[in-house]
Amino acid sequence: MSQQIGRQIYLKREDLNHTGAHKINNAIGQVLLAERLGKKRIIAETGAGQHGVATATVCALKGLECIVYMGEVDIQRQAPNVARMKMLGAKVIPAKSGSKTLKDATNEAIRDWINNPSDTHYVIGSVVGPHPYPDMVARFQSIISEEIRWQLKEKTGNELPTHVIACVGGGSNAAGAFYHFLNEPTVELIAVEAAGLGIHSGHSAATTTLGTPGVLHGSKSIVMQTPDGQVVEPHSISAGLDYPGIGPLHAHLFASGRGRFLSATDQEALKAAFNLTRLEGIIPALESAHALAGLEQVAFPENSKIVVCLSGRGDKDMDTYMKHMTEFD
Amino acid sequence: MSRIAALFNKSKSAQKKVLNVYCTAGYPALDSTLEVMGALQRNGADLIELGMPYSDPLADGEVIQQSGGIALENGMTIARLFDQLKDFRKVIEVPVVLMGYMNPVIQYGFENFCQKAAEIGIDGLILPDLPPLEFEVQYSSILKKHHLDFIFLVTPETTEARVRMLDKLSSGFLYAVSSSSTTGHEKDFSLVEKYLCRLQGYQLNNPILVGFGIKDKASFDQTTRYTDGAIIGSAYIKALDGQKDKTAIEAATKAFLKTVL
Repeated sequence: MSQQIGRQIYLKREDLNHTGAHKINNAIGQVLLAERLGKKRIIAETGAGQHGVATATVCALKGLECIVYMGEVDIQRQAPNVARMKMLGAKVIPAKSGSKTLKDATNEAIRDWINNPSDTHYVIGSVVGPHPYPDMVARFQSIISEEIRWQLKEKTGNELPTHVIACVGGGSNAAGAFYHFLNEPTVELIAVEAAGLGIHSGHSAATTTLGTPGVLHGSKSIVMQTPDGQVVEPHSISAGLDYPGIGPLHAHLFASGRGRFLSATDQEALKAAFNLTRLEGIIPALESAHALAGLEQVAFPENSKIVVCLSGRGDKDMDTYMKHMTEFD
Repeated sequence: MSRIAALFNKSKSAQKKVLNVYCTAGYPALDSTLEVMGALQRNGADLIELGMPYSDPLADGEVIQQSGGIALENGMTIARLFDQLKDFRKVIEVPVVLMGYMNPVIQYGFENFCQKAAEIGIDGLILPDLPPLEFEVQYSSILKKHHLDFIFLVTPETTEARVRMLDKLSSGFLYAVSSSSTTGHEKDFSLVEKYLCRLQGYQLNNPILVGFGIKDKASFDQTTRYTDGAIIGSAYIKALDGQKDKTAIEAATKAFLKTVL
């Protein structure tokens, strides 16, 4: 891939984590915290199912009850992860309201938590939700950039890349990948949102382009909404990016200009996924494929050292990939 | 004296419990808001909590979310609501509080919203997703300026110190959620009673209305033994059953409130 782009590209292989994505970093942290708080029941929301699988995995290990809320649409398009959660002993409850995706699963999980506050810990999977979740999840995910620093030093003798690219739905892998570079002004932070069928197609999840300041799920950030403040239903081929907001940290990076925000369409993400697979023998998650698609949109200076956060593997997306196989042969 | 304070003074001296009924603006039909409010007043509601529909009503249960979804499909917005209510004080005498979520209010403009609400004769606001810290720092002065009450919610999990803090920030009344719950869930009343008894013992500044899970006379009487009144929401929305016709609204409201009062 470095040859293809003509720049030094490094993949941060979060896809090699147990359970197949960066989500396990946060799930372990929060379930340990829940155990310490004496909570017996764990609930979570999930979009692509990676956070649900991660949470169900830690709960299986710890012998805790686990309930995962998942949009009905996502249950269909991420069937392998639903099966994994069930095998791990979790109960998967479909969210049937609204667009039946991540936003609605989050609503249901918050409702469950309101009804069961004393024995239950809600493991939020992204850098969204009420305080302290955006901060806490970012800290648990910050291991990504901690590892980028020492791994890059090991490989290149210098721990600072010139660019870090990550996909953003709620934004947990991006928050983790950016975290230890926030105060390194030489490192450009690039976030890639899901443009769906096209930013202005009416079927998109590109929050920074389409959104305005608002309050969603207990935090003030940028939200896709109508002028009356009703939250708009987003669209992305990738269940993990199909969310009408972004974490408040990302809203700040966007507003302050510290982060550069791009977007990739469903089609661009698919193309990038097939490209990586054929070049490197790595099948990326559809979410991570958006970060890869971002690579093609930037004119990187010579001598750039670019880290792409490969947040998860694509096993869960095989159904979608197979449907599009002939387009990229 | 505010309308809400006058109501509680009157009910205290008459040793009566206050009945607050929730309805959703723009439900069942876009233009039925005032008809529903009128029916509630005629049939015995002492106070009306008027819900402003929102796409993601986290503190509400399924029944109220569905009614809000229908209201949004009907085309309800805050601007439209204020338009519907511009002369409502000619027909509605009972206090009215608006219940909703922060995002639509912020988009309308918080100060504009308060000014407009006060202008047409609204008495108070309930915004369950506005945290007390933000309220104190950014919003309480705006509400005071426009003489609007602001009502916080407490739950069985709320510590004494926090109940007292929320009581201090609230005016009008304090909303006691009968268990830590979204609206419309069944309750174990012995636990609820223990909690309401505890709240009563604090001797707070504000009257307490208990809400969530009350659906008939038995549950109304049981919970108001320790409080100044109760709030009914989901059960009334269910009773309306989506009927858009004026006479059907009146009949359903009358029949429903008969089962409570």
